[in-house]
Amino acid sequence: MATDVTDLKLAEEIAGLDALEAHLGTHPSRARQVWSTVWPKVAAVVLALGLWQAVVWSGWKPRWVLRGPDQVLPTLFDLVGTASFWTAVSITMRRALTGYLLAMVIGSAIGIAVARLKLLRTAVGSLITGLQTMPSIAWFPLAILLFGLTERAIMFVVVLGAAPSIANGLIGGVDHVPPLMLRAGRMIGAKGFGLYRHIVLPAALPTYVAGLKQGWAFAWRSLMAGELLVIVANRPSIGDQLQLARDNVDSDRMLALMIVILVVGIVVDTIFGRADLAIRRRWGLIDHST
Amino acid sequence: MTVTDAPPTAVDTTTAISLRGVSKAFGHGGNAVVALEGINLDVRRGEFVCLVGASGCGKSTSLNLIAGLDRPTIGDVTVHGRTALMFQEAALFPWLTVRDNVALPLRLAGMGRNQRHRRAEDLLEKVHLGGQGGRRPHELSGGMRQRAALARALAQDAEILLMDEPFGALDAMTRDLLHDELEQVWKSTGLTIVFVTHNVREAARLSDRIVLLTSLPGKVADEFPVKIDRPRRIDSTEVMGLAAAVTDRLRAEVRRHGD
Repeated sequence: MATDVTDLKLAEEIAGLDALEAHLGTHPSRARQVWSTVWPKVAAVVLALGLWQAVVWSGWKPRWVLRGPDQVLPTLFDLVGTASFWTAVSITMRRALTGYLLAMVIGSAIGIAVARLKLLRTAVGSLITGLQTMPSIAWFPLAILLFGLTERAIMFVVVLGAAPSIANGLIGGVDHVPPLMLRAGRMIGAKGFGLYRHIVLPAALPTYVAGLKQGWAFAWRSLMAGELLVIVANRPSIGDQLQLARDNVDSDRMLALMIVILVVGIVVDTIFGRADLAIRRRWGLIDHST
Repeated sequence: MTVTDAPPTAVDTTTAISLRGVSKAFGHGGNAVVALEGINLDVRRGEFVCLVGASGCGKSTSLNLIAGLDRPTIGDVTVHGRTALMFQEAALFPWLTVRDNVALPLRLAGMGRNQRHRRAEDLLEKVHLGGQGGRRPHELSGGMRQRAALARALAQDAEILLMDEPFGALDAMTRDLLHDELEQVWKSTGLTIVFVTHNVREAARLSDRIVLLTSLPGKVADEFPVKIDRPRRIDSTEVMGLAAAVTDRLRAEVRRHGD
């Protein structure tokens, strides 16, 4: 039949055009990609250590005050071998995790409420941003007054530090959903809760994850401040160890613990970075042409 | 002022869309902009109608009224059947695969997983995207994205397809092929199509009838039945001739506007 032939011809022409327009681009190999992210980090670490050592040798501060990597690193390796160190790490990390998860739940709930209810947004929208700028340390006197020198005081400040960022991440994400997406969603039959679940929230995800990442930074910082200020009995956390090192004028230990704190912060930040990259890859927001 | 969304009845099966004395104004009082004035338009079931005009003639507003996204200020809009609307941008959701994009209307309608995946694959085959379902929107070319958007519109199981300059952003060759593909889909589904465009040749290539709208306010200036046999070529003498006639008429209207 003539129409079958024309139909076939059309199908072939379309297939040909599609093949010509197919996304052309050379993606670097996996090994190359991993190497390109690893070597700059290694180089940066080596450079930082080198600079540190140089400052120590320059004699800017007396040897017993400012220790160099040649003393701190061996102390660090010894530390990592002890059981008490890992107990401290587990206590700190458990606090970090519970505090952050709590902040996630509270922050997300507030975020959705504010995004959806105009009245709430007018009332507390600016308050949330204001809370974000408040230094966590300023909360501790109140926290200790309310909860005493307990875990709850620490949790209180961690949540207050992280939740506003998470809430704002969600609010920003919802606000920046392109109107065309909403129109298209309504057109295909999404309304009310369905619109939120299938269109608004997925569209808000990248900004929300950015809020989560910032929330973590604040949570970790608040936690460290908390562990230094709120000494809970029988809870030898990292902050506690840090304070102890200072009391004993053990500079090596002190600096070693600070390196540990830094490393934890970096590791978790990397996890967030990977999540963000995965989302961007899915959405096609990565430019391969460089 | 009424907008009725009546299901197809045994009594009236020939008219899919009916606009009677429709006017639409935006804003209030002295600042009001009259987008449409006194529009009378009937579209038969299965007909392919093109709304043609320059900017500001209310083409997109008309589609919004027919789709039920907006209400006329004065007049009646009667639509028999469900409508699906396609925009100039494909507006596919970047977090879903092409297949999941096409399946989303089905999912919202409550269809089960296996069933809607199968239906989505069928629709993708129909628009010559069979096997591409696993890809993401950003991996497709502009033309492919619009075809996926067409598949998604078809998934809505509507009787009427409204298209707002869907091929405006595509190159001529892709547009040509999509014209052929759209015509093929139209023939096999029997949909009523209202297609808005400023491209007169496109209108002559595709439609059963061209409705010419003037600008500010938008009024129906003229109607051109298109009696050219299908399948058509955009570069055939009949299509080019009709396009020239419509263009002359359009230009006369635009000139009048300058006076």
